[in-house]
Amino acid sequence: MTVARTMTLNMGPQHPSTHGVLRLVLELDGEVVVRCEPHIGYLHTGIEKGLENKRYQQGIPLTDRLDYLAPLSNNLAYVLAIEKALGIEPPERAQTIRVLLTELTRIKSHLVWLGTHAMDVGAMSVFLYCFREREQILDMYEAVSGQRLMSSYFRVGGLLADLPPGFEGKVQAFLTTFPARVAEYEALLTQNPLWRQRTVGIGTIRAADAVALGVSGPALRACGVAYDVRKTHPYCGYERYQFEVPIGKVGDVYERYIIRIAEMRQSHRIAIQALQRLAPGPINVADPKLIPPPKQLLKTSMEALIHHFKLYSEGFTVPAGEVYQTIESPKGELGVYLVSDGSNRPYRVHYRAPSFVNLQALPRMVEGRLVADVIAVIGSLDIVLGEIDR
Amino acid sequence: MGVTGEGPEDREPRAEPAGEGLVLQRLREQFGDALRDVRVSHHEITILLGVQDLVRVCRYLKDDADLAFDFLSSVTGVDRLRLPENSPRFEVVYHLYSIQFKRRVRLKVRVHEGEAVPSVIGVWESANWHEREIFDLFGVPFEGHPDLRRILMPDDWEGHPLRKDYPVEASPKWWEEEPA
Repeated sequence: MTVARTMTLNMGPQHPSTHGVLRLVLELDGEVVVRCEPHIGYLHTGIEKGLENKRYQQGIPLTDRLDYLAPLSNNLAYVLAIEKALGIEPPERAQTIRVLLTELTRIKSHLVWLGTHAMDVGAMSVFLYCFREREQILDMYEAVSGQRLMSSYFRVGGLLADLPPGFEGKVQAFLTTFPARVAEYEALLTQNPLWRQRTVGIGTIRAADAVALGVSGPALRACGVAYDVRKTHPYCGYERYQFEVPIGKVGDVYERYIIRIAEMRQSHRIAIQALQRLAPGPINVADPKLIPPPKQLLKTSMEALIHHFKLYSEGFTVPAGEVYQTIESPKGELGVYLVSDGSNRPYRVHYRAPSFVNLQALPRMVEGRLVADVIAVIGSLDIVLGEIDR
Repeated sequence: MGVTGEGPEDREPRAEPAGEGLVLQRLREQFGDALRDVRVSHHEITILLGVQDLVRVCRYLKDDADLAFDFLSSVTGVDRLRLPENSPRFEVVYHLYSIQFKRRVRLKVRVHEGEAVPSVIGVWESANWHEREIFDLFGVPFEGHPDLRRILMPDDWEGHPLRKDYPVEASPKWWEEEPA
């Protein structure tokens, strides 16, 4: 009789530390992971198919649901791709507001990552601190769009509406207190011996492997590769902002933590500059074929009424062709490949979701290590199943 | 931990059209007739290849020291069924990126229904899941893929949802057939 040496363990899809509905099939030899195979698709909602069947403007709310921790980043990639295909550029003020809000989104996304990651590893209280600040950013989302989570605030050619009165003050108040808050998180973790034991030297990946596996975002930068789309292919005027791209050396769980903490500080820095740049001006391109006329005009102007009617019944068309637009989302390189056939709906939209590609590197990081490390490594990758399964 | 790219002033210049020219020039020298169609629009290069040339062109683009397309951004599919010119039906699209030279290039191959595309896993490991996704959602097989099975849809799903003739609101047959 032969005795099986290994045991197969199903982790997920209903496991709190798999961050959604990720399922890992682990083959274990005692406590050591021999093989790890991710199974995904439990959250597949056919968003790409949905986008093909909606007019361009109607698709924006669907994109919120991809990476639901950073909805504005998904909006941004989609509208930038459409704007690129149309050959238009929104006015200065819209660009600045986009930068301001996507950087706040990055902070918000990193806060959820930090809170949940720390909780997985056993530090409960960090979660409460992080969600306190996240709440303030959700309030800003609500102020600009009326929605706390799925805000769909960006539009092709500009924004849904201008910032509400008093918004700048609210952001300023948040930005004033935020550096001290980051110092609080760091005080809880950075030098904490328990935290360091669970993270230093865990889930290491070499830079060459990470590039070969397509890893992007903080997980790639932690290995020392300074690839950040905001620097390499600036959009929304990122070339005019002063900020650094933090990079690491070893590429372990601890460095991914350090990188994201540093990124929150850099996002804070960009947000301050964006706030200073914010000057009055138009928020939309002056094209009635793309931007609906002001509501009060509908009663007096026949032309405005026609434009309004056409825009909401037919939408606008995009010249036939294809574009690939990338942005640096909180998770990494977020790319939108858009194919247009010249009609009012996209022919094909593909989201290059950073979490999807980053997750592929998980087996490489955990095989040969302990089961408990799998939890720490998943947390450090900061995946969102919404954009993995799409 | 270190930092790089302090401030906008010492930011490296964006990929110039000259850089795009280099990619095309090199490819024309090396492969000539293998490039079936070359387009540049929105500062993006698109190259249409025959399936038989795909892997060797990819390997060259990755290994050449002046091009170094080491990062495979994404691989995806397009069902051309509803386009004016739609044969061959499927298009597989590769977005390559060079981290060192900050350049992008897009490669394409076209195949008929059931025809296989050679896998590029040997060139970029990250192609694995992308190719599985195209197999799953478009039904395009990949030759030489070590683990070609569905990735997003259930294993026993019938049909390929991103095909243009797959209905948007199909009846959920799969659930009805589950034993009670």
